[in-house]
Amino acid sequence: MDKPLGHAVLQKNYMRLQFPSRSENESLARVAVAAFVAELDPTLEQLTELKTAVSEAVTNAIIHGYEDAVGEVRIACAIHGGSVEVIVEDDGVGIEDVELARQPLYTSRPDLERSGMGITIMENFVDELVIDSAPGRGTRVRMRKIIHRDPECQ
Amino acid sequence: MSMETTLQDGIVVVRLGGELDHHAVESIRNQIEAALEEAHYRGLVLSFRGIEFMDSSGLGLILGRYRTLSQRGGRMALCEIAPPLRRIFEMSGLFKILPVYDSEEGALRALKEA
Repeated sequence: MDKPLGHAVLQKNYMRLQFPSRSENESLARVAVAAFVAELDPTLEQLTELKTAVSEAVTNAIIHGYEDAVGEVRIACAIHGGSVEVIVEDDGVGIEDVELARQPLYTSRPDLERSGMGITIMENFVDELVIDSAPGRGTRVRMRKIIHRDPECQ
Repeated sequence: MSMETTLQDGIVVVRLGGELDHHAVESIRNQIEAALEEAHYRGLVLSFRGIEFMDSSGLGLILGRYRTLSQRGGRMALCEIAPPLRRIFEMSGLFKILPVYDSEEGALRALKEA
């Protein structure tokens, strides 16, 4: 074995976070991701966009994924060149129809005074958004945000 | 999250501060509704001057209060929305249904004259 185990992983920075689906953890999630991405030296606007997108994904996991029960929300972040990838995952109820959920103003919980804008905001604030969901098993939101188009420190 | 309420000539003014997310919104909503219950109001001004962060939960809060006011024949206005917040307001189309003013005085004056 020439290369030590985990060599590939160590090439880039990454961070993982897991917490119960309690609403007070929404701020923890966005602050942690914002602190993680600081090494790319984002503008204040990029940071606000990323924090908002993370907040939307985590809020969705808490109120839609787990509804009124408590489960676990997991976040994985990684730096790839000049961009950051953030995955927000839950083991909740899942989304029956992802296309419908992506429609602006659509909400499955009008009783909670939701605006139905969460996914639309995510789409606008990151460069790539992939939502994988299996009803009864959970949802995985993967987003990528470019901080620098021309990375110098890859 | 902080909130300060005043009543001026039948207009309830709510100054919001801090981070307006899903966690904060639940108690803020109850506090605004309680302030409205107490007052014989004819209008509501929401000031975003002290808001450092807001996501779509804040939009839901605004839309919910708009519904409360509409049902009781009151008028509502927003003010002091800083540039970082403007984009989510624009995406939601809220600017089309609610008047927005640069200052709290401007919003108050408009609702008093209405």
